[in-house]
Amino acid sequence: MIEELYRAEYGRAVAVLTRLLGDLDAAEEAVQDAFAAAVQRWPAAGVPPSPSGWIITTARNAAIDRLRREAKRTGKHVEAFLSQSPGGEEGPVHDERLRLIFTCCHPALSMTARVALTLRLLGGLTTPEIARVLLMSEPATAQRIVRAKQKIKAAHIPYRVPREADLPDRLGGVLAVVYLIFTEGHGADRADLCAEAIRLGRLLAELMPDEPEVLGLLALMLLTEARRPARFARDGSLVLLADQDRTLWDRSLIAEGHGLVRRCLRRDRPGPYQIQAAINAVHTDGPSSDWRQVVQLYDQLMALAPTPVVALHRAVAVAEVEGPSAGLALIEGLPLQQYHVFHAVRGDFLRRLGRPTEAAAAYAHAAALSPNEAERRFLTSRQ
Amino acid sequence: MPHYLLSVVEPSFGDPPPPADLEKIMAQVDRFDREMREAGVWVFSGGLHPPATASTLRPKGEDVLVSDGPFIEGKEHLGGFSIIDVPDLDAALEWGRKAVAATTLPVEVRPFRW
Repeated sequence: MIEELYRAEYGRAVAVLTRLLGDLDAAEEAVQDAFAAAVQRWPAAGVPPSPSGWIITTARNAAIDRLRREAKRTGKHVEAFLSQSPGGEEGPVHDERLRLIFTCCHPALSMTARVALTLRLLGGLTTPEIARVLLMSEPATAQRIVRAKQKIKAAHIPYRVPREADLPDRLGGVLAVVYLIFTEGHGADRADLCAEAIRLGRLLAELMPDEPEVLGLLALMLLTEARRPARFARDGSLVLLADQDRTLWDRSLIAEGHGLVRRCLRRDRPGPYQIQAAINAVHTDGPSSDWRQVVQLYDQLMALAPTPVVALHRAVAVAEVEGPSAGLALIEGLPLQQYHVFHAVRGDFLRRLGRPTEAAAAYAHAAALSPNEAERRFLTSRQ
Repeated sequence: MPHYLLSVVEPSFGDPPPPADLEKIMAQVDRFDREMREAGVWVFSGGLHPPATASTLRPKGEDVLVSDGPFIEGKEHLGGFSIIDVPDLDAALEWGRKAVAATTLPVEVRPFRW
């Protein structure tokens, strides 16, 4: 019970306390004090009527007690420690967690630091858990988090939601952090990471329901996640989309994802995440994918985000409509030599073109570059 | 309010920009300097002579050793700097962007400890 509450409410409590104390470390300390008190008292005294309210009140009192002790020592007033009410802020009242997300994902922090802080402060993950996400040692992870918090404090990274003019740019940075956590999880087939990213995605959608890209990202993650049960065969090898057993897909995630895509369409402010979500909606609609529609969506995506990876995926869709030689012509020369998917796609086109020797070489190349065991096995079997 | 050092990073090698470009850059830097003063964020700023004009002092036991030249010869060096007084890093980065636009060079933004 307390563990669940911790995961669900840690972020909100830290956000509220950060606002009050103006300091992330002090906020975390106070919230941890409160959860420690809960572990001690609740088993005997019973769970209070509003557990999350109890946590925040207890954390607040713990922080003020700490400040009083500090004040006695230094002769300052407690008020001197409490952050000045950050007046002058315009715009609507925001959930405290929204401020916290924008602080954690500030562009002046490294991507690793942003991921670590977001998982820690909003996800309530422990340092060992974050270390496993980042594939770093625990001491190195702890150091990253400490340094990032030091920078926030020393450099005065603000604790607020960016103004309207900066919002699209800054929001893009936040979404990139969440999607990176998801793609890491997807690539390495780690359900825990995908679940964490989706949890953060739901939180963002709850906090910013009017931002279509936020909904797009959540839909994209849900529709990708829905297919997970069919992604791997019983022997652990990868199953291609066309060969997947669609009855294994998670119908409720698909329904939720489709609902979000429809909401995005109604808003008519397309963006890269929304289009990728729409592509996944086409793939999960009916007994087989409508590849012509997929090509059209990739054309739109190319207009917004013309990256080599998007060009590669578009080529796969084009090959489904016009055949593998059209696909092959589109990918030759893409600067993706280090990307295993590029070689896997190339191998597939060559195989379908009846060029088995070249196909085998491409698959071997892909297998050597792939970070994922199931994928490696699949690619090796294709040679 | 927090103070930040905006350091302009100049390349140590290669030809300087042609005179016409240099003149344009100097005018931009002048405008940038004025803008900081008018906004009330300016604390101090200055451009530096080349690293070869520097002298370096090092502790040696009780003594101090003087040598000709900069502390480190690098591919880049500090070409000039501004110190600004603004509410937070977002504001400092905003001024940093303007410094990049004016000087056409990389700019490091670093908070003062006090």
